[in-house]
Amino acid sequence: MTRPTSNAAPPRRALDQTDERLRQSEGVAGALASFVRSMRAGDVGALPVIIGLVVICAIFQSLNSVFLSSGNLVNLTLDSCAVGIISLGIVCVLLVGEIDLSVGSVSGFSAAVVAVLFVRHGWNWILACVVACAIAVAIGLLFGVLLTRFGMPSFVSSLAGLLAFLGLQLAILGDQGSVNLPFDSTLVGFAQLDFVPAWLSYLLAGLAALAVFLAGYETRLRRRKANLSARSINALIVRSLALLVGLEAFFWYLNRSRGVGWMVVFFVALVLLLNYGITRTKWGRSLLAVGGNVEAARRSGINVRNIYLSAFMLCSLLACVGGILAAGRLASANLSSGTGDVNLNAIAAAVIGGTSLFGGRGSAFSALLGTLVIASIASGLTLLNLDSSYRFVITGLVLAVAVAIDSLARKSRASHGRA
Amino acid sequence: MDTMPQVSPTNRKTALLSMRGVTKTFGAVNALTDIDLDVEAGEVVAIVGDNGAGKSTLVKVLAGVHQPDAGTITFDGSPVQIPDPSAAIHLGVATVFQDLALCENLSVVDNLFLGREISPMRLDETGMEVKAWELLQQLSARIPTVRIAIASLSGGQRQTVAIARSLLGDPKIIVLDEPTAALGVAQTAEVLDLIERLRERGLGVVMVSHNMEDVRAVADRIIVLRLGRNNGEFDAVSVTSEDVVAAITGATDNVVTRRRDRVAGSREDAPAGHVVPTEESTDKGEVR
Ligand SMILES: Nc1ncnc2c1ncn2[C@@H]1O[C@H](COP(=O)(O)OP(=O)(O)OP(=O)(O)O)[C@@H](O)[C@H]1O
Ligand SMILES: [Mg+2]
Repeated sequence: MTRPTSNAAPPRRALDQTDERLRQSEGVAGALASFVRSMRAGDVGALPVIIGLVVICAIFQSLNSVFLSSGNLVNLTLDSCAVGIISLGIVCVLLVGEIDLSVGSVSGFSAAVVAVLFVRHGWNWILACVVACAIAVAIGLLFGVLLTRFGMPSFVSSLAGLLAFLGLQLAILGDQGSVNLPFDSTLVGFAQLDFVPAWLSYLLAGLAALAVFLAGYETRLRRRKANLSARSINALIVRSLALLVGLEAFFWYLNRSRGVGWMVVFFVALVLLLNYGITRTKWGRSLLAVGGNVEAARRSGINVRNIYLSAFMLCSLLACVGGILAAGRLASANLSSGTGDVNLNAIAAAVIGGTSLFGGRGSAFSALLGTLVIASIASGLTLLNLDSSYRFVITGLVLAVAVAIDSLARKSRASHGRA
Repeated sequence: MDTMPQVSPTNRKTALLSMRGVTKTFGAVNALTDIDLDVEAGEVVAIVGDNGAGKSTLVKVLAGVHQPDAGTITFDGSPVQIPDPSAAIHLGVATVFQDLALCENLSVVDNLFLGREISPMRLDETGMEVKAWELLQQLSARIPTVRIAIASLSGGQRQTVAIARSLLGDPKIIVLDEPTAALGVAQTAEVLDLIERLRERGLGVVMVSHNMEDVRAVADRIIVLRLGRNNGEFDAVSVTSEDVVAAITGATDNVVTRRRDRVAGSREDAPAGHVVPTEESTDKGEVR
């Protein structure tokens, strides 16, 4: 249904640059300028959490110089993975404007299921994990059905789930209350002992940077071909190079100690996968639409029920995976697996990382960044020999700041006309 | 010039869509009672009526948002159920809702293609953006960039986006609930022009409007709803505005006719383009 119109684009202007009110931004400087503009308008994205991370690192480093040592950073990255993966699931439910308060219990329960089947009953560990994952998906399905069929707020149903699955965890662990995983098992190896060989880590970093460049270049070609404005080639090169140098330097630093854990690679791979799902698939678009305006999503023909179900199922599944890895890292599943602050840390991480509590806004990377913040605080306070009471207080304060930033950014977006 | 596939020239007597005895109640309120409606291919049907007359409810029944309590809907000769919005879209009924139903947190392109993205597993952002620009230029939209969130757009810009969205896909019937309410002069003209073109392509158009000038400019038939019932059907070319207004308000004595009587005999005394609602017919019976 194209037809020539009087205001068709003048030949030299890109199709999306025809409106004279649009500010032109070209090249690296232009990219920077438009970044500053969107920041002012409350499109803060990942900036506050990155600044926060730098500040936290600076403070702890000045208090104890071990904090930024290779050895501690390796520990820190390994500590981040389990909670980070759980937090990825939280991002999914927050995107549709719901919440799952049971992720901690589900993670502990899953760890117990795997440990009991694997150690006490001598099952194959993979089979044990598959069973645990299947149970977790069923749990997510239950929350989803309670919401979509009976209109039960996820806040309430998952709060009930928190208690119920904690009870089940205690029940299946039995009187001993703890199951130790053998150190020579694949699970413990993966979560504690296996590291990427140094050469491979450098190769991976190089490939990542190359992939970013090629993806950007391909987009640029396609957009140019379609007569749309595209990111300048220089900005693209600067971006990829920055990523390359940053990653290589970070890996080099970690490799001075034990290196990059396979579990860390797994976590980052999950982040990238979920990021692809959210930003580049119809499913991800539907998540954002449901979180933004359910009724509009429904009227667009989106199967809202399935979207809710998928978000809850994915959340519980990721909680299960996180729980299993946490058990591997401790080499045991016990009464305290998944209890205490696991739940709130996972939720706090997603929010600190910039995923909105109000739904329809957020990113998989927020789980990564938010978890790094929380793990840094925990690690720094442990180094200072402060007990967990301080950790709770400080994590609570950081969460409060993050939510305040979220609310402020929302206000600013409203006044600048960006939802 | 139009590259859109032409609907085969249909016999003007067979209705593409017909509703018989459609009834819808909300609690104690009868929003629609025994509504009949026919839309032929290549025909523009205007639905007019006071606030609360049931126009939007009728539109939502067509769009699969509300289920009728009674009555039948026939589409293309066969009886159909429209249990949800995706069923309506599947049938080929595209709807522009009065409240637009856009996601404010998503961009213009995202909204245009919501629910029918190109290549679902690897979104074709470039293809969608190009198509979005084509559609918007066709409507003379004044939208600076399609990568901007809907929240940043003005009311009229949003309405244009909602109309553009209904043109995507391959609809057989387009239902527009007050499509020009927020539009500027040029954009209104463009939308009316678009409705003409849709008719020429053989699509059925259902248009709800309070603006009699718009209705008379493009409609073939005018259907009047009053308090949730059919209250007259007029040929848009021959009917006088007074007759329509009388059917809308259910009385020959109202503000508009009184005023006309006052100025009777003087120059041109056509009633105002906008229908003036009377208090008695505005029913606000939300029970639940
Ligand atoms: N979801 C709902 N729940 C309860 N009552 C409703 C609902 N939707 C509409 N109604 C009632 O149905 C009646 C018709 O409403 P409708 O929105 O169809 O009016 P309308 O003709 O579109 O009016 P307007 O010109 O103001 O848009 C009103 O009395 C309204 O209160
Ligand atoms: Mg209405």
